[in-house]
Amino acid sequence: MIVAGIDVGGQNVHVVIKEYGQILVKGAAPAGIKKAEATEALYDKVLKQASISRKDIERVVVTGSAAKRVSFANGFISDVAADARGVMRLFPNARTIIDVGAEEGRAIKVSSDGKVLDFAINDKCAAGTGTFVEAMSRALEVSVEEMSIIALDSTKSIPMNAQCAVFGESEVVSLIHQNISKSDIARAVMDAVAGRVGSIARIVGLEMDVVLIGGMAKNNGFVISLQKNIEMEVIVPDDPDYMGAIGAAEVALSGIFE
Amino acid sequence: MSQQGKSIEFWRWPENNWVNPDIDWKKGKFITAGVDVGSVSTQAVIIVDGEFYAFGNTRTGSNSPNSAKNGMDYSLEKTGLKLENIDYCIGTGYGRVNVPMAQQAITEISCHARGANFMYGPEVRTVMDMGGQDCKAINIDERGKVLNFMMNDKCAAGTGRGMEVFADLIHVPVWEIGPRSFQISKEPPSISTTCVVFAKSEVVGLLEQGVPENEIIAAYCSAMAHRIMELLKRLGVKEKFAITGGIAKNEGVVKRLEKELGIKTAEQAWHNPKYRKKNYPFDTQLAGAIGAALFGQSLLEIGKVKSVRKT
Repeated sequence: MIVAGIDVGGQNVHVVIKEYGQILVKGAAPAGIKKAEATEALYDKVLKQASISRKDIERVVVTGSAAKRVSFANGFISDVAADARGVMRLFPNARTIIDVGAEEGRAIKVSSDGKVLDFAINDKCAAGTGTFVEAMSRALEVSVEEMSIIALDSTKSIPMNAQCAVFGESEVVSLIHQNISKSDIARAVMDAVAGRVGSIARIVGLEMDVVLIGGMAKNNGFVISLQKNIEMEVIVPDDPDYMGAIGAAEVALSGIFE
Repeated sequence: MSQQGKSIEFWRWPENNWVNPDIDWKKGKFITAGVDVGSVSTQAVIIVDGEFYAFGNTRTGSNSPNSAKNGMDYSLEKTGLKLENIDYCIGTGYGRVNVPMAQQAITEISCHARGANFMYGPEVRTVMDMGGQDCKAINIDERGKVLNFMMNDKCAAGTGRGMEVFADLIHVPVWEIGPRSFQISKEPPSISTTCVVFAKSEVVGLLEQGVPENEIIAAYCSAMAHRIMELLKRLGVKEKFAITGGIAKNEGVVKRLEKELGIKTAEQAWHNPKYRKKNYPFDTQLAGAIGAALFGQSLLEIGKVKSVRKT
């Protein structure tokens, strides 16, 4: 049986095609403004890569903030359930899942049998999301990728006063004027995001193992800042941004969804 | 300074200054100044024996002391007064501790309360100050004393800065936002995201879908009204209700807020009939600086502080 799991997020779409336990092919693309069209295009592109057609796919399960816009879905699943499903399949010892995406941050508490016990979400405010880092990277005139690396060279910890991304941009500009090094500013930004994410995680309670997923998990500077903030080691899977799509595919395989 | 308004920076509102032609400062006993260095704008107001004499309204630069100096110079520009002629100066606002010419600093909450009492009259019980980077709802008594307040200074949604970001995004000058928000056939649903950064993507999405610009402006104004409403609900609104700060000039937000509250805001005109009849300029951004200058006046009158006047 071949199934598809799709995650339509605030910024990117991820598609995973699975045949039983094995991932056949996967792909990602920017969601843009017309998310339904972007999803459709990526889905066909990924299928073509694996030389399979739409009718070979038994089921399509979609997750993510814009999931309902996908017309060819057989079913939907919430982000929280998809995250839990995807992570527990790979890391059965995970008890806290932290997912930091472009426009959302969430923390999920799971039981040993994979049940979601509690979760907390921030989808109202850009502080504590990838968008915050992106906005600061524009002010700093450094790419997000570069920022994640130079943050590791920082020697000084500078607290950021602004919580809001709009105010944060002005703060970064004034830090530049104060001749603070780009590394130290990059770290201040990562620390600020980690602070926000850490407090969401503390709402559900932190318990080992902590698995970090979502696009921000690819940002090493952030991972270090988060570990410091929560005073715990954090596990990052190989493709942290695909976890939602993998979870959706798992659910599609099981055949149990709404 | 206001020349910069001609450039294509849509957030940039015009700066202005004024002097009262009916007052001869040389005859005044006490001349006091209030300097309100906000995060976005700086105002300086000069009061002569409790009478409104002059003001300057400028944009805050990257450095508070310089911004305070610019604002002060701008208010003195048309007066013939010099800084040395001023008896006492009080700083207020976000940059109040960095006002070099001030003898002391008073918080903007107290100053806005006092200023609103002077501008809108002693019947005012709730003041909403909608500033550049924060907004505050303040309950006051008949003398303009603060009874209680609520404040948002963490989030740009519902602040002037948020409106500036929006104006820049949609390429409409900030002072046209209000009038244009009513040039619509029907009231659209408000922007659903709270965060200014997310609202930006939402607005881009709406533009892309071909939603008329004025409808998007209306949607943003009602989102802002809604945001302010939440703060007011927590504090409790009592009439008369007055709005101060830059956003008070945006009828797109104010009228929608009135509708949501079910309360009319105080008329934007001087409470003092003398000022009203003579058509003195009434600028909602001045409340903080007026309050600060009035505090200086009272302190001198009761002899709590000494005049620092040099000439």
